[in-house]
Amino acid sequence: MNEAKTPLLEMRNISKDFFGNQVLADIDLTVGEGEVIGLVGENGAGKSTLMRILFGANMIAETGGYGGDVLINGKKVEFSSPFDAIAAGIGMVHQEFSLIPGFTTTENILLNREPTKKSVISEVFSERMNTLNRTEMSERAKAAIEMMGVRIDPNMVISDMPVGHKQFTEIARELSKDQLKLLILDEPTAVLTEKEAEALLDSIRAMSARGIAVIFITHRLQEILSVCNRVVVMRDGYVVQSVDAADTDVAQITKWMVGREVSQTPEANDKKDLSGGKPILKIEKLWVDMPGETVRNVSLEVMEGEILGIGGLAGQGKLGIPNGVMGLYPAGGSVVFDGEPIPLNNPRRCLDSSFAFVSEDRRGVGLLLDESLEWNIAFPAMQIQNRFLKNYLGGLIKWRDEKAIREVTEKYIEELAIKCTSSKQKARALSGGNQQKVCLAKAFALAPRLLFVSEPTRGIDVGAKALVLQALKRFNRENGVTIVMVSSELEELRMSCDRIAIVSGGKVAGILPASASVEELGGLMLSQVI
Amino acid sequence: MNENAKTNEKGAIRKALENFGLPRLIITGFLVLLLILAPFVGADLPTQISNIIARFSWNGVLVLAMVPMVHSGCGLNFGLPLGIISGLLGATLSIEFGFTGGLSFFMAILIATPFALILGSLYGWLLNKIKGGEMMIATYVGFSSVSFMCMMWLVLPYKSPNMVWGLAGKGLRTTISLEGYYNQVLANFLKIEIGNLTIPVGTILFFALLALLMWAFLHTKTGTAMTAVGSNPVFASAAGINVDRIRLLSVVMSTWLAAIGILVYEQGFGFVQLYMAPFYMALPAVSAILIGGASVNKATIMNVIIGTILFQGIVTMTPTVMNNMIHMDMSEVIRIIASNGMILYALTRKTEGSR
Amino acid sequence: MNTKKKMNAGEFIRRGSVPMMFILICALCIPIAGLSPTYLANEIVTRMGRNAFLILSLLIPIMAGMGLNFGMTLGAMAGEIGLILASDWQIVGIPGMVLAMIISVPISVLLGLFCGKILNMARGREMITSYIISYFINGVYQLVVLYLMGSIIPIRHSSIKLPRGYGIRNTVSLLNMRQKLDNLIPLTIGGVKIPVMTFIIIALMCLVIIWFRRTKLGQDMRAVGQDMEVARDAGINVERTRILSIIISTVLAGIGMVIYLQNMGNIATYSSHSQIGMFCIAALLVGGASVDKASIGNVFLGVILFHTMFIVAPRAGAYITGDSMIGEYFRVFVSYAVITVALIMYETNKRRARREAGQELVKEQEKEA
Repeated sequence: MNEAKTPLLEMRNISKDFFGNQVLADIDLTVGEGEVIGLVGENGAGKSTLMRILFGANMIAETGGYGGDVLINGKKVEFSSPFDAIAAGIGMVHQEFSLIPGFTTTENILLNREPTKKSVISEVFSERMNTLNRTEMSERAKAAIEMMGVRIDPNMVISDMPVGHKQFTEIARELSKDQLKLLILDEPTAVLTEKEAEALLDSIRAMSARGIAVIFITHRLQEILSVCNRVVVMRDGYVVQSVDAADTDVAQITKWMVGREVSQTPEANDKKDLSGGKPILKIEKLWVDMPGETVRNVSLEVMEGEILGIGGLAGQGKLGIPNGVMGLYPAGGSVVFDGEPIPLNNPRRCLDSSFAFVSEDRRGVGLLLDESLEWNIAFPAMQIQNRFLKNYLGGLIKWRDEKAIREVTEKYIEELAIKCTSSKQKARALSGGNQQKVCLAKAFALAPRLLFVSEPTRGIDVGAKALVLQALKRFNRENGVTIVMVSSELEELRMSCDRIAIVSGGKVAGILPASASVEELGGLMLSQVI
Repeated sequence: MNENAKTNEKGAIRKALENFGLPRLIITGFLVLLLILAPFVGADLPTQISNIIARFSWNGVLVLAMVPMVHSGCGLNFGLPLGIISGLLGATLSIEFGFTGGLSFFMAILIATPFALILGSLYGWLLNKIKGGEMMIATYVGFSSVSFMCMMWLVLPYKSPNMVWGLAGKGLRTTISLEGYYNQVLANFLKIEIGNLTIPVGTILFFALLALLMWAFLHTKTGTAMTAVGSNPVFASAAGINVDRIRLLSVVMSTWLAAIGILVYEQGFGFVQLYMAPFYMALPAVSAILIGGASVNKATIMNVIIGTILFQGIVTMTPTVMNNMIHMDMSEVIRIIASNGMILYALTRKTEGSR
Repeated sequence: MNTKKKMNAGEFIRRGSVPMMFILICALCIPIAGLSPTYLANEIVTRMGRNAFLILSLLIPIMAGMGLNFGMTLGAMAGEIGLILASDWQIVGIPGMVLAMIISVPISVLLGLFCGKILNMARGREMITSYIISYFINGVYQLVVLYLMGSIIPIRHSSIKLPRGYGIRNTVSLLNMRQKLDNLIPLTIGGVKIPVMTFIIIALMCLVIIWFRRTKLGQDMRAVGQDMEVARDAGINVERTRILSIIISTVLAGIGMVIYLQNMGNIATYSSHSQIGMFCIAALLVGGASVDKASIGNVFLGVILFHTMFIVAPRAGAYITGDSMIGEYFRVFVSYAVITVALIMYETNKRRARREAGQELVKEQEKEA
């Protein structure tokens, strides 16, 4: 090893903002040949954005590019698309599989890079009329699989494969590229069984021995320590630590990941005393089949009148809980509200039991984008509680009461400071923060006894964030509505909630008072990660 | 990510134009041109306008039948022939049972209703099984049912001498005259005649009544739910709506309206057309509502009225004006290109609301 | 492993059910129809030669995931225009056919390009759109053939012109081209006339399709057909690939239409093409194909079964009910019904696949409990 040698990759002073919202600042990252870097950080710490910049993702350029320099082998590069990055020797394995289901392993490994044979016809027409060279294809695929050091069947069709093999196929695809010098693995072990994960770590070591550098993103800190040379910890868009893996341990990394520089300790008097309260909602052995947010076995009690926070890393199942209870995704287990069992997989019964839900998927589930604010706010209350309706012929005809609808909409526009031209404006035309307020208004209009709020501040600006959280808190404190708030942002939960349950690996890892330290909560978040 | 909030006035005008759509603009312009040209080429304007109004009154209900399914997100009802068949069953059975005059019309509606409800329910049930592929399957359900009924018209034991082939004594004729039955029953009610201008007030009132009912329905609780289901089915189901039931209801309504629509059409036209006739009845209705400004998942009563007038206007005006002008009857070709072009245009639009 | 096999058996039954049903219909109708075996064999062989090429043109868009190409009618129209012009120029026999094909190719390419572009704009509802395109272009075709030919496009021979001086007659006779290809190499086996040359061309076409599947473009089409986004991420130009598949299909349909019409011996100018798409698609589906999967085997099985039904149904219907029209309507009904059922099966299978993924977790949970 020559110390003076230029590193394979150097990222200097990288910064990035999305429309004024700073997500990365002052990032310096150096990767040497054959080095394995473990990149860790909470969701939203900026890992994905940094990797997108490195991989030339289109969305970076579309949102105004980035600041700073990326150097490969000492030369400055500017990738305008992932294809440029690939040509420069960077490979990336994404969390979502990018495989053709009906193709074999071999065909997927060499997708669009198939070796071909020329023929007369292709001379006349175009290269695309070349026939595929199947023998060479299988040779190259085999070579790539061998390089990985894991045995998978080159002739198996993807759709018949266990999920781990799909992951290995993706990695083999990157390895089959001759120019590959740096491989980015984005949470590759999340879908693997323990054995497969072990095999993957072995193959990372093998790659490193061949001189291929690896940037390894994962929440399983143990893996990082066992395979990486160096650990880079990111938090809130900054690199907070970069140390040799040998010099640290899980506890220390956790602390770096979640620790805040300015730690706002929530005021004690703001918190509710729950000692005398009774549990109003009992969830037992809940499982929910929500893609990407699977809930495996959750048992949870919610006290009357509290704000219960549910935190956890993305993909660990925290979002699955409200979605499952509200019947939006297939679920099983038992839910008892105020002594009465609530059937699952039936949104209507939940709503009849005066639950309300503000979904994290604002545009998909939360809003009628092409309808007016009036409709958006009044619709559920109208359908479930027969409000905002005029009855004619003894209730036979239920006529929409436009006046009442407008009144309630205007009331909430004022109360929540929704910025809009009128109550007739289409929901699509509002900004993210205002759309979120409409979602809240919709739930408030139902006058629920229990309100689920999922990621209430995702994708909205700082000002709107504070307003939304205030509105929730006021709704809880003034109307005595029990709120279950699911959020990826620990700080937000600590500020708004009375208690915080942390979900990890589809189960509740623990419930702590909101005054608990971030280190404690962070430790729980990583405890059962799968 | 705030992608809104940058609309200035110019953009708004351009957007409004864009929403209106080039094809619609061309078609409207074309009709206006035809109306202006008509007197110059020697066509009698009042007669022409009477024609347009008459044809509007025949077709309005059929076009109205598109509305519920568009609202519930089932797309354009290419399966209209299914409802038409219910109407035809009503018409033929009413005649077979010996009803005459205005009563035969009323009885035809009455008899057609159960057929429409049953067929519509089955059709709706099927469409709920294949969400996302409604339009193609609707087309072929329509075709299959029409060709199935072709066999049935031959086989079913109809006896009325006014309807069966004279020679064989069995099997229904391809066209059955409604003289003595319900020919013009609606049109003659309160008919206005001023010179060459005729207005079939009764038929228009009948259409207006159904349109009003539809408008009213869309203002009720269930109607609101139907619109929401079409706008965002996930939202609706999260709000406790039984999406499948609402969709089924919309299909049944559409089918029933189609059944009524064909009866209204027949009373104006004066004949019952059987066998392959219902085959191509869906496309004109579909393109009419699109020309009126509807999209694959949004439609209003106004779209129905404007669309039917524009579409029928072109259908009636082009032959006369063209014939007199260049002595070429290109109306059929223009109709085909314009109506299918309109449908194509609508299909290629991005429909943002539906996911 | 065991469940996998069972599922394949289920899959086999699903795929095989339509052909089985048709074998049953044919087996029932053939004796009732009382046609002589020679007549039947002759008819089937003739129809196979007539239709197989056209049906083969449907395979490539299915491979590219664009579903059943109802827009093949576009190619058929191009082929008709080629034939009309060739016969007006009095080029007879095989050269006339070849000329017609050559004329049809650029028209097909243009129409295919148009169709492909539109379909790229109407993603997710390709089939209904291609179906409407066929109507739309039919209007344009009528405009050209009925009004422009003879007035702007020179047509010399009054035998194919309408008496009014422009526009093409309802029927254009292809007497001097009639079955010239079929009879090029005369062969009769046991009273059954075999159109040897046509079969050779069809066989060649099959080879071309097999070869095409092995090309880079063929592989790209399969990839695009299965997952557009993945294909795009891998650097395949998805839009272009999809357009190419439609263009190839349209060109083949144009050539197929010339072969079809040389066998018929005349062009029904305004109706030959309108039903052809429907019958070809129905035949392919009867052969066991589905919206997303079709093979050459499906084509031939489909032609035989569908056309046997076509031949025997009217006779059988007439025998049973005494009315020949019943059988006519029956075969139309069956064509539509087959397409309807295939489309329904396709959509429900798509949904089932999605549901099955969800079932896995349920099983897992039950095991734990």
